[in-house]
Amino acid sequence: MSAESVFPQLEALLPHVQKPIQYVGGELNSTVKPWESCDVRWSLMYPDAYEVGLPNQGVMILYEVLNEREGVLAERTYSVWPDLEALMREHHVPQFTVDGHRPVRAFDVFGLSFSTELGYTNMLTALDLAGIPLLAADRTLDDPIVLAGGHAAFNPEPIADFLDCAVVGDGEQAVLEITDIVRAWKAEGRPGGRDELLFRLAKTGGVYVPKFYDVEYLADGRIARVVPNRSGVPWRVSKHTVMDLDEWPYPKQPLVPLAETVHERMSVEIFRGCTRGCRFCQAGMITRPVRERSITGIGEMVEKGLKATGFEEVGLLSLSSADHTEIGDVAKGLADRYEEDKIGLSLPSTRVDAFNIDLANELTRNGRRSGLTFAPEGGSERIRKVINKMVSEEDLIRTVSTAYGNGWRQVKLYFMCGLPTETDEDVLQIGDMAVNVIAEGRKVSGQNDIRCTVSIGGFVPKPHTPFQWAPQLSAEETDARLTKLRDKIRGDKKYGRSIGFRYHDGKPGIVEGLLSRGDRRVGAVIRAVYEGGGRFDGWREHFSYDRWMKAAEETLPAQGVDVAWYTTRERTYEEVLPWDHLDSGLDKDWLWEDWQDALDETEVEDCRWTPCFDCGVCPQLDLDIQIGPTGKKLLPLTVVK
Amino acid sequence: MQRIRLRYTKRGRLRFTSHRDFQRAFERALRRAEVPMAYSAGFTPHPKVSYANAAPTGTGSEAEYLEIQLTARRDPAPLRELLNASLPDGLDVTDAVEAHTSGLADRLQASVWEIRLDGVGTETAERAVAAFLAAEEVQVERRTKNGMRAFDTRAAVARLETVRSESDRPDGNACAILRLVVRHLTPAVRPDDVLSGLRATADLAPPVPAAVTRLAQGLLDEESGTVTDPLAPDRDAATAAPSTAAGLSAAKVPSGASPAVSGEGTA
Repeated sequence: MSAESVFPQLEALLPHVQKPIQYVGGELNSTVKPWESCDVRWSLMYPDAYEVGLPNQGVMILYEVLNEREGVLAERTYSVWPDLEALMREHHVPQFTVDGHRPVRAFDVFGLSFSTELGYTNMLTALDLAGIPLLAADRTLDDPIVLAGGHAAFNPEPIADFLDCAVVGDGEQAVLEITDIVRAWKAEGRPGGRDELLFRLAKTGGVYVPKFYDVEYLADGRIARVVPNRSGVPWRVSKHTVMDLDEWPYPKQPLVPLAETVHERMSVEIFRGCTRGCRFCQAGMITRPVRERSITGIGEMVEKGLKATGFEEVGLLSLSSADHTEIGDVAKGLADRYEEDKIGLSLPSTRVDAFNIDLANELTRNGRRSGLTFAPEGGSERIRKVINKMVSEEDLIRTVSTAYGNGWRQVKLYFMCGLPTETDEDVLQIGDMAVNVIAEGRKVSGQNDIRCTVSIGGFVPKPHTPFQWAPQLSAEETDARLTKLRDKIRGDKKYGRSIGFRYHDGKPGIVEGLLSRGDRRVGAVIRAVYEGGGRFDGWREHFSYDRWMKAAEETLPAQGVDVAWYTTRERTYEEVLPWDHLDSGLDKDWLWEDWQDALDETEVEDCRWTPCFDCGVCPQLDLDIQIGPTGKKLLPLTVVK
Repeated sequence: MQRIRLRYTKRGRLRFTSHRDFQRAFERALRRAEVPMAYSAGFTPHPKVSYANAAPTGTGSEAEYLEIQLTARRDPAPLRELLNASLPDGLDVTDAVEAHTSGLADRLQASVWEIRLDGVGTETAERAVAAFLAAEEVQVERRTKNGMRAFDTRAAVARLETVRSESDRPDGNACAILRLVVRHLTPAVRPDDVLSGLRATADLAPPVPAAVTRLAQGLLDEESGTVTDPLAPDRDAATAAPSTAAGLSAAKVPSGASPAVSGEGTA
């Protein structure tokens, strides 16, 4: 297929669409390599709108890693909004990359990064617009290899029919290994067609090729077993783990968009993995072990990144940023360095403890102290033991007290509803907690204009977590429980007006649950939703619960299952789970024990500070946690005037 | 406090940059180029940049203007180079002069626009232009924040003509080029309003969206319908009397770095 730019055709459509700037590329630090200078070509997609996809660190890292390689090019593509999609269909403009505006179908590999399952319908839109057959089985040598990665790829079964392969874990080294295999196969004249290439990828043990596995079902709908259907294909596919983050200081040249995007900052991942052991948290489970970037590595990335971008905010990212062994020195060192430059520092994902207030104070030396966010996740002490979120109400009140004493005026609290074993009482205690927070705030500050916002999400059980066996709470029960909480808060004459309450409804969570723990039979639902017009399911204004339920009713009963079977049904120890053949390093028996501990309300410590509790990751992957302290400090930068 | 005035472009695909997008990109470029910007006071200090009269999203421009305030003196020519290195290609700073006069915004009285009409023959365009110019008043409607609004486009048009060139493209497809000089009035009359006016008076309906580029902004010479370089007074003042505070750097402004731009139309 011709790789010629389709920009002239696209350009004529742009005056008719919203925010055309998102489709033109040309971002600072973007790369367009000459097509003929490369023999392996990737298109990388974040299957959501540009404003969400562009800042995605995963895509940005792989884009740079691939483009740094001689003879390899990578270009980016994002989901187009329905206004442009309609025009592209009318005028036969294919899915294009924003870098070279080349047709996605002309590339060797089409890589998609799924942070969430709600991007699945957008993948089908992109495939169809690209002219690539939706079903992997229908593709020919003229089509790219369609490859999925990202957290959702840890259970790729619902989209198995649409994928040629999937990679689990860190992508930096994996994309280079795949590149080498594709290059060798192309250089040999593409022997054996697509199957041979996929077989070579599968043989590495680190690339999952769904077509090389057969799924057999029991009469009751459960999976009997998943078996390789070709010799040489491994029984289980293992995840990729980058051990030394200092060796991978990406992105070095972060993309700076012209269009407005959801995160406009220089992001530095300060560590990967988390061993806090929150049982609901898929990210914390599948990214183990903990690997820290060193304080000096962080300092260097911030310095170079700010120079390369001109951003005015630095985000220190990780799953629990205050847990970095040298976070105090990192925060102070950066605050010292950039105090004069009006650079803001932010530390998303922090835990509830007083130390974090010191950090927050450091990060806002000369700025506004408006709001602090904490995530107790559960309203009662009991439910927090179930989910292993080890924070007591006293901790929270002490933290909040310090915050209000330091001039903070608003506290936002994140909770989940629908956690295993949860009762109305657990949820109603969220209201008590908010009241106590405000009472403490009024006492400490001596003022009445104290606010506490309670933000609640519906819990969705995820693969590779101790809650993978848990029943999900139905949308109706979730809504009913939260209505009681809302009424309780609104009915509080003394404090109710100071408490904000943010919750939408339980329906999207059910669809997410279906896609998270689904198997290959769910693929038909996704396809039917796409064909019925489903797009941008992560967006409230585009999401249609009814469309999903209708599609499920049309496709699932023939197979003896339904939405409830996938979502609100509790699984047993014996059941073969759809993702068991994808190895996240976690020992399934350990996960089961942790699930039993949850039901017993027993907590588990963090292995960073306590002995190993045998989650299985380190021995399985033959590695170990990588943490400081290094004892080093960030020195002031020499200022050249 | 030094003030520097810049002329910049929105070229090629970056013409789809909205003004807000440009502002963010420019402020980042200022930080990348380590320009010693003056900041506003308050909770969220902003670098002091005054933008004037930005072209609409989707139209190209060779002549956008802004002014920045610095806390330390900088030579405009190297500053321009630094900023260019920090901005994406297509958003290019084409002129930089130290401000020696007041009222840059007041000098932006009119714009010269080029309108390329793919698929429209030059003769068709000429007939439409003649009909438009012959009219006393050409009412058009445009959707604004407050709903549809009707206004006259004719009075704002100081000059409108088709450009005689090898405008019909080599591939044989017709492509008429219009040159338009519009006064900056309230409500603002934009090139697409004039296109609506051409449709209203002469049924001119281009088959594809017109490619519109602002070529110049400045003082309008009513006699000739031409527009003069709004930075010329600053340049003249700099060469006539080098600023006392930092005479050297001001005097280094290369005269003739940017030729006086005018909208001579068919010249």
